[in-house]
Amino acid sequence: MEAVLTKPTAQKVKTSGADAVLQSLVAEEASLVFGYPGGAIMPVYDALYHYQEQIKHVLTRHEQGAIHAAQGYARATGEVGVVMATSGPGATNLITGIADAMIDSTPLVCITGQVASPLLGTDAFQETDIISISMPVTKWNIQVTKAEDIPGAIAKAFYIAKSGRPGPVLIDITKDAQFNELEFEYEKCEAIRSYRPVPEVDSSQVAKAAELINQAKKPFVLFGQGVILGEAEAEFKAFIEKAGLPSAWTLLGLSALPTEHPLNVGMLGMHGNYGPNKLTNECDVLIAVGMRFDDRVTGKLSEYAKQAKVVHLDIDPAEISKNVKVDAPVLGNCKESLTQLTALINRNSHLEWLERFRELDLIEQNQVINEELNPNSEALTMGEVINRINKETDGDAVLVTDVGQHQMVACRYTQFKQTKSNITSGGLGTMGFCLPAAIGAKLGVPNREVIAVIGDGGFQMTIQELGTIFQTEAAVKIVVLNNSFLGMVRQWQQLFFDKRYSSTELVNPDFVRIAEGYGIKGKSIDSRDDLDGAIKEMIAHEGSYLLEVHVGKEDNVFPMVPTGASVSDVRLS
Amino acid sequence: MTQDFTITAFTENHIGLLNRITSIFTRRHLNIESLNTSESQIRGIHRFTIVTNTTEDTVKKVVLQLEKQVEIVKAVYHLDDETVFQEIVLFKVSVEKAAEHNLVERLIRDKNARILSVEQDFMIIEKTGHKVENDELLEFLKPFGLIDYVKSGRVSLIKLDEELKDLQKLLAEGEQPTNTSN
Repeated sequence: MEAVLTKPTAQKVKTSGADAVLQSLVAEEASLVFGYPGGAIMPVYDALYHYQEQIKHVLTRHEQGAIHAAQGYARATGEVGVVMATSGPGATNLITGIADAMIDSTPLVCITGQVASPLLGTDAFQETDIISISMPVTKWNIQVTKAEDIPGAIAKAFYIAKSGRPGPVLIDITKDAQFNELEFEYEKCEAIRSYRPVPEVDSSQVAKAAELINQAKKPFVLFGQGVILGEAEAEFKAFIEKAGLPSAWTLLGLSALPTEHPLNVGMLGMHGNYGPNKLTNECDVLIAVGMRFDDRVTGKLSEYAKQAKVVHLDIDPAEISKNVKVDAPVLGNCKESLTQLTALINRNSHLEWLERFRELDLIEQNQVINEELNPNSEALTMGEVINRINKETDGDAVLVTDVGQHQMVACRYTQFKQTKSNITSGGLGTMGFCLPAAIGAKLGVPNREVIAVIGDGGFQMTIQELGTIFQTEAAVKIVVLNNSFLGMVRQWQQLFFDKRYSSTELVNPDFVRIAEGYGIKGKSIDSRDDLDGAIKEMIAHEGSYLLEVHVGKEDNVFPMVPTGASVSDVRLS
Repeated sequence: MTQDFTITAFTENHIGLLNRITSIFTRRHLNIESLNTSESQIRGIHRFTIVTNTTEDTVKKVVLQLEKQVEIVKAVYHLDDETVFQEIVLFKVSVEKAAEHNLVERLIRDKNARILSVEQDFMIIEKTGHKVENDELLEFLKPFGLIDYVKSGRVSLIKLDEELKDLQKLLAEGEQPTNTSN
């Protein structure tokens, strides 16, 4: 036994390309892989058979399910998500997830099989040019046609996916490269000469930013996922606390700062809170940390924070002045830049300014929130369901959401105590993301409660992944907020298209019976009296559980910044 | 205000990189006026020379997007007066017509062109210069039996040396390991 343990590992051993893929994954400590086999990746799946001890493979029901699961895993753990698929349709089915990971900066390594290299370009069975197809939505991609190039390509892939601003990479491996032999040797990639993932923090820009913040009477911080990706939650908290800076979050920044923190003033953007949207156009210094001024956050750009000086901390130089002109750009990892900046800013409290947020909060409370959380209507509201879940989970659960009304409501009303707890498709807005992402999250952080809040539309886009839950026994709690509508589109039709409900009403199946078919316990409720009990039962249940809640059919999400309007024109009704 | 910008990108020699570069223009609905690739002064590093007509604000963003690509070491943009540049045009002209109008001498003497090849029926004339002079010659030749022509993309060198020095520094720095936990 001892002899086995001390055996030198650097020794070169002849092995197949497929085996090299697995050995490389082991070297990168990728212990969980999501995927779906097929012709062109069969050698890798055959090799996987021998690695069941080190690598657990999760067989999803569709490649899109596999990649969203890998995204959920990556977002919950902070590790690289790994996906495998075959050539042709297997590879193209990954594209939506790759695009989603690209725009939401999620580290993924996607490995696709490809037809044998002599067949490339011949329109062979299940051949697609996945390199060209995936190019605009990958951080990097490469086709490998020789077995000996496999370890190097995988080492680079992991390094690129994880370093700097993370993103998805794709390695396309021809079948002959998987079969052929190589002398395996693995060296982790630590540098690529043409690639500078983390720009150096420029202390003169930090000084300039500090001066702007120190002179500010009405400073306002916007934080995004960069805080989470940079593992800078503590540094961020220290920064805002030192100068008493009111801070609002983007959809992906959510959970980086506890919801109840006194400086957390809420959500930005289209369905964000009233105060942060209104006061964006009143602040004198806007400090953006690890966010990218998405149009859903800024509304009409020409009327966005024109009165303010802008400080922007970001790891990606291409984000500086992309949408909003920046006065003090601070490049680098915000974990480092925030530390430097905090050292230079003065202690302050900005109590009067903070009070302005509270005043506007009160207006929103009275005009929107009270009715959402304690409604007079007979029908249940999405907000009260979320509120009850909060009470039951005490802010410790991982919330995974899909896209639409339920997503906005869940993100607005969920209380978070810890980071990496909000997983949603932000930039791409991919319906069908939630269910598989929740599976990946649960498998990544099995000790945490994972709650998938999902609409009746998005649920049916990847409903087949109930099969993955059945097979893996991932104890995901699924809450379907069913309004029998594609609710967000219907809301827009009501507000901007004279209530012409074109193709938005859904005739839905019996979701509980479907879940039961997959061995998942389920319950459907439509009355307030049953809500508490049903949520308690769901949380107490050991395995996965589906709770369908019928909510008001034509409820709307407010506040709302209509498309093309200024953030300060945010509507409460 | 839109104007011509010459973008120079120094890159690794990676299959498909051209696709990645052009998609950055396509996304923004930007036309590439001309494109040339060649090796560079630094062994293993290629250079792309791209001419595009747009605003300075847009070209700045495009250059940052280019530099963001893993295999692009550095990208810069310049106005015409900051670079020395040339384009080549080859013209195929009827020998008979050329003889009729005594073209050969006028071409060589007045237009700084040269004859590359003379065949039975046609000859090939080469003209190297700025687009404006090349186009002038094109217009001049049209009435005299111009059969065919082809234009190259722009090749350009930056007047200042800073970029190349910076490039070498970046390559050396890039060899240093980075902290992957970022």
